[in-house]
Amino acid sequence: MGKEGGCGQNKTMVKQEQELANRPDNTAFTQQRLPAWQPMLSAGIVIPGFVIIGLAFIGIGVALFITSKNIQVMEMDYTGFEPDSDCFKCSNPEEKNCVCQLDFNISSRFEGPVFFYYGLSNYFQNYRRYGVSKDDAQLSGDLDNFKSPSDTCSPYDTDGIKPIVPCGSIANSMFNDTFLLYREVNGTNELVPLDGKGIAWWTDYNVKYRNPNVTPLKEAFEGTVKPLFWPRPAYELDTSDPNNNGFINQDFLVWMRRAALPDFRKLYRRIAQGDYARGLPAGNYSLKIAYNYPVLSFQGRKKVVFSNVSWMGGRNDFLGIAYLVIGSMCVFMSIVMLIVYAKFKFPEED
Amino acid sequence: MSNRCSNEETRVDSRTIYVGHRSSSTNEAFIPPKFCDNRIVSSKYTVWNFLPKNLFEQFRRIANFYFLIIFLVQVIVDTPTSPVTSGLPLFFVITVTAIKQGYEDWLRHKADNEVNKYPVTVLEQGRRIRKESEKIKVGDVVEVEEDVTFPCDLILLQSSRDDDTCFVTTASLDGESNHKTHYTVPDTEKDLETLNATIECEQPQPDLYKFVGRMHIYKNDQEPAVRSLGPENLLLKGATLKNTQRICGVAIYTGMETKMALNYQGKSQKRSAVEKSINAFLLVYLCILVSKALVCTTLKYVWQGKPGQDEPWYNEKTQREKDTNLYLKMFTDFLSFMVLFNFIIPVSMYVTVEMQKFLGSFFITWDKDFFDPEIKEGALVNTSDLNEELGQVEYVFTDKTGTLTQNNMEFIECCIDGFQYKYRDASSDLDGFCVTDGPLNKVQEKAGREELFLRALCLCHTVQVKESSEQGQGQRDQVDGFGLDGEVLPPLREQRGFIASSPDEVALVKGAMRFGFTFLGLESKNMKILTRNNDIEMYELLHVLNFDPVRRRMSVIVRSKSGDTLLFCKGADSSIFPRVRQEEVERIRMHVERNATTDDYLLVVTLGAMCFAVQEEDYAQADAGLMEARLALQDREQKLMAVYNQVETGMSLIGATAVEDRLQEEAAETMEALQGAGIKVWVLTGDKMETAKSTCYACRLFQRNTELLELTVRTLEDGGRRREERLHELLLEYHKKAVQDAPTWSSANQDYGFIIDGATLSMVLNSSSESNSSRYKNLFLQICQNCTSVLCCRMAPLQKAQIVKMVKNSKGSPITLSIGDGANDVSMILEAHVGIGIKGKEGRQAVRNSDYAIPKLKHLKKLLLAHGHLYYVRIAHLVQYFFYKNLCFILPQFLYQFFCGYSQQPLYDAAYLTMYNICFTSMPILAYSLLEQHICIEVLLDNAALYRDIAKNGMLRWRPFLYWTLLGVFHGLLFFFGVRFLFSNPALQDNGQVFGNWSYGTIVFTVLVFTVTLKLALDTRHWTWINHFVIWGSLLFYVFFSFFWGGIIWPFLKQQRLYFVFANMLSSVSAWLVIILLILLSLLPEILLVVFHKPRGPRQVELRHIHTFPLYFTHSFSPRFIYLFHFLTVLPLFSLWFWSSLMEPIFNIFIRGI
Repeated sequence: MGKEGGCGQNKTMVKQEQELANRPDNTAFTQQRLPAWQPMLSAGIVIPGFVIIGLAFIGIGVALFITSKNIQVMEMDYTGFEPDSDCFKCSNPEEKNCVCQLDFNISSRFEGPVFFYYGLSNYFQNYRRYGVSKDDAQLSGDLDNFKSPSDTCSPYDTDGIKPIVPCGSIANSMFNDTFLLYREVNGTNELVPLDGKGIAWWTDYNVKYRNPNVTPLKEAFEGTVKPLFWPRPAYELDTSDPNNNGFINQDFLVWMRRAALPDFRKLYRRIAQGDYARGLPAGNYSLKIAYNYPVLSFQGRKKVVFSNVSWMGGRNDFLGIAYLVIGSMCVFMSIVMLIVYAKFKFPEED
Repeated sequence: MSNRCSNEETRVDSRTIYVGHRSSSTNEAFIPPKFCDNRIVSSKYTVWNFLPKNLFEQFRRIANFYFLIIFLVQVIVDTPTSPVTSGLPLFFVITVTAIKQGYEDWLRHKADNEVNKYPVTVLEQGRRIRKESEKIKVGDVVEVEEDVTFPCDLILLQSSRDDDTCFVTTASLDGESNHKTHYTVPDTEKDLETLNATIECEQPQPDLYKFVGRMHIYKNDQEPAVRSLGPENLLLKGATLKNTQRICGVAIYTGMETKMALNYQGKSQKRSAVEKSINAFLLVYLCILVSKALVCTTLKYVWQGKPGQDEPWYNEKTQREKDTNLYLKMFTDFLSFMVLFNFIIPVSMYVTVEMQKFLGSFFITWDKDFFDPEIKEGALVNTSDLNEELGQVEYVFTDKTGTLTQNNMEFIECCIDGFQYKYRDASSDLDGFCVTDGPLNKVQEKAGREELFLRALCLCHTVQVKESSEQGQGQRDQVDGFGLDGEVLPPLREQRGFIASSPDEVALVKGAMRFGFTFLGLESKNMKILTRNNDIEMYELLHVLNFDPVRRRMSVIVRSKSGDTLLFCKGADSSIFPRVRQEEVERIRMHVERNATTDDYLLVVTLGAMCFAVQEEDYAQADAGLMEARLALQDREQKLMAVYNQVETGMSLIGATAVEDRLQEEAAETMEALQGAGIKVWVLTGDKMETAKSTCYACRLFQRNTELLELTVRTLEDGGRRREERLHELLLEYHKKAVQDAPTWSSANQDYGFIIDGATLSMVLNSSSESNSSRYKNLFLQICQNCTSVLCCRMAPLQKAQIVKMVKNSKGSPITLSIGDGANDVSMILEAHVGIGIKGKEGRQAVRNSDYAIPKLKHLKKLLLAHGHLYYVRIAHLVQYFFYKNLCFILPQFLYQFFCGYSQQPLYDAAYLTMYNICFTSMPILAYSLLEQHICIEVLLDNAALYRDIAKNGMLRWRPFLYWTLLGVFHGLLFFFGVRFLFSNPALQDNGQVFGNWSYGTIVFTVLVFTVTLKLALDTRHWTWINHFVIWGSLLFYVFFSFFWGGIIWPFLKQQRLYFVFANMLSSVSAWLVIILLILLSLLPEILLVVFHKPRGPRQVELRHIHTFPLYFTHSFSPRFIYLFHFLTVLPLFSLWFWSSLMEPIFNIFIRGI
């Protein structure tokens, strides 16, 4: 009996609890009454805001524009498309080991450090199949992938018998024109020293790309062949400097970072040594080009670009103009708003 | 005999059960028939079939199937993105859904087990055996104790109570918590062991309130006795035994065949208008997707046709590519483009929408304003699919009794033989006929009639007396006490509880008690009455002719001690008057009609209609007819109905009662608010016109200046011509008045109210000729749509649904809402777009069939004006935003194809493609769609007119959709070309190094994530800490994720594309500047629009303290403004080229000057 009574009590307790449980919680969240900030974009805030933003943008725009204008750029096409150019003779793909020369004049000092780019146009480095045609494991020095490159490298994975290292279209099509820059000093040509270090991303050079841990490097490439287009194997890219050889050759690294657009430029050398650290003095220069890279078959163009850089990078007028336009637009809009405001009165500012 | 039984057994629509598995005849081999076991299986899956079955069900959804196809294409065809990019989100969605469904199923398994393993007592060969509930077989005799739930559907054989009854509550079945009386089968033996009987009954059917069967009881060498079985003998699984120590019953339906299990099936799904809009938008985006893919494929082959482009030497094709058929290649290219752009249709939108609906519906159940302390319950959400539909309602169809009025009946006066009696002497308004006033007088010749009337009140009902614990002599004394006084002492009255299926029955019994006649209860078929003179009279209850809404009356047949058989009948006046002697009618009719038109704002006097009639019966004949009908297995309902109609004739009218029903709390305010919100309110009631009309006036649905257009049987008969002609004439006249002459610019001038009754409505809907019918229907609809409110009285439940359906399918397919509390409202609740049940007093059928249930009518205001409005705005914004953000996500990728030789090169890294919708941009919009209050709740409630701003699916029409799409296009163009111009010189770092394609994509993506998130931030009007956390958190997460993703050489990745790309990007000042520039440029037009788009005009002036509306909320804003602003901002981009060429010399001069 007593037990039953206990049950009954339990039941009433349960019932009460149910009643309590039925009652909704009175919390801010459940009642949708969380304290909230309700921003009001009224004219009183927006007009001064626009003026401030506009002035700030104009300021940045002026800075950008002046900086951009102060950057000196010299671009020269050396495809050899026009018959009167010296490189015309080399544009014939039958011509091997052709060297041509490009003479130019610098009228006023080219402020240093000067960056020396090569540029290609109508060249689709961003082609999807081209882009996947490499083997990152192989390029990070994995010897297993030397023997059996990833099939993404096709059709440049093997030459039929032996695996190609480095495999794939990107590596195969590495840019292989070389340049020597001479300055005419007192009638004689003086070689301008070009610095090939620090032209690739630091992380690419130090982390992402690795040579296999084999010395000499050549042994690692045993049983492989060089890419078909290459004149010499990867371990001979720079025999003078073991830290610039194989997969960590900086020219190779620069090439391997695919360009975003079909008209692109890539960094070739920096001119930052010796007397030229302060820039290229005015005078006559000649560029000796070992013309190896065929582009006319796909209507491409090749060019060299000399440029100095600022805090914003290379010369780019777009940013400065855009900032100026947007800035003046903001100011203009705030004036329009002010007129509308004065005429119609925004209701809540009564 | 046994032959006949087995013959019947073969009939498919009945089953034979051997009680206790004892065969009826010994000479025949007993083969127990096969029935299903008593296992309840509500779970959908088992451990083994969960995976295949669940996957199959999920992929039946069109969206999931689409993504599966995309995934398979990616696996099979050489496509730009890895299968992971679409596989992972799909996997995520499928897994989350599977986990949710698996968990729900696990809960169901647990609940099933609890029920199935519950120990029960079964009597087998005289022994009591404990068994698990699932092992009960049909025919087992089961013993159930007090407060225990019945394990299956049982026929009550034996009860521990003396009067062979038991009490049952069906709260868990239909929510009715009152105790219902069930009866044992009459004349069964007390000793169940020796009982030899078979039960024949219908095959299981889901109606809880219907059951027919009969029992054959075999006694030794006697002709078997036959007893009819009805719902009163059936104890349903799920119901609980109350007030009775123990009962025994035989199982007739088990397991999945019980009525509870048969009722378990879900209702048909209603789809909301928003869902339809989503599907339409989806179609548009699918077209965009296909056309993008087509454009790219075509251009690709055009472009490749130029010499040198197809296969430059640096990008030779593989042998396989060279061998592939050109057309096959085109097709796979097309598929590849589809895959590349497939993100434009967001897989995550479905998840987010569903999550929003599911989580959002909690705010309704949580709302404490919906909590009613009386019934201790809040609102109930039966489906979360329709939340937003609450913000779109154009027509409200409401029931009257119990919805507009409280259904809290109180007896206020009666009329006996044409003399009016009022309970209280408060009313000064005396009736001319009223000889007596106040308590009954002592005029002798009337006393007999009066007492007969009061006896009728006491006898003609199905009320039970609630047994309190201290029942006995004491209470009876108290009853005596006030019987003597002739005056009621309220506290005493309340001690005696009456339970009845409808509150007016209780009101009548209580009313009789006030006049000195107390119903003491039913004891073994005898009704006990305590008369004014303190005598206890006993009446043998012979038959109860139950109430049903079609007959609209009920009767009892009783035998008094003197041996007279009497039939008392009560019912609505319309159903009683034709059945009584006509000369008596007129005197009472006047009172009834006067009562009903009482124009009182606080009280509504209804039920002037409860008339009582008495008939001295030719009992023998009636009894035979009733018994026969009750025993019928087939068509019992119709047969009963016929007998009832036959019996209830030739009665004489004793009197009428008036029962008052109060208006629901704030009913008038609620109705006013609904009308203010532009919602048309129609009252659909089964009640008579006068009562309903006064309710409408009381609720202010009709105002004093409302011109009433009446189309009822009465007005039709006025003209004296044929009804059909008159109907035509009236319809035309009203149409002219309400539709043609109404000034189009304002409907506020003259309010029209329309009244129609059931009979006329059926004339309108089912006119004799087909052409007239549709014409009448049109006229009728047009008139109704131009009236502020419509009253439809004398409606049958089905007619209510018909009206809802008619309006639902009318021009413009308006969103309808039905609200009701009773079983007669179920049809219209199911028919309307949104069905709302009121947790009223007439049981829970309406609540069970509704989409939302609220305790009181007044809660409808907040449900629609606040919750509905907010849900609509939230989900509409959610949908538009989702399409927008995916359009500007994919557009740059599409544009990039023009710059990469149509090679399907993705612009963004696979991780970004995958995570964009899942991680970076999903949480802010979810938080927004749960928390946004663009206008705060109080203001929404105070200004009902705000509801009109979003009417007609205002935020999801084509114009706002076009706006969002253009915005997406604008942003996409801006992102891509802004970065494109920056990359005209890719040397963006101060060390002269250049950026590659992944840097390009990452800059675009960064701008994209920030813009899209900040766009939402601009739209957010209600910043709670959650919004802050989620918006800024998402942006931070993106930055951290990008660092992390690019900071490690991931061993599982084949290509380390993003290694240090993000960090390098941040080291470039130009990248920073372009990101800031593009974000600001994208958002500038938005900001300007918000500023310029201020509420103006007279209506908005009064609302000016509220808020600003974002543009797409209203239609008032000229689209020219939008395009102008966008033009102004796009302009600089396109004019940059001109500017640069124009400004360069000027600036050069300027700089040289310095």
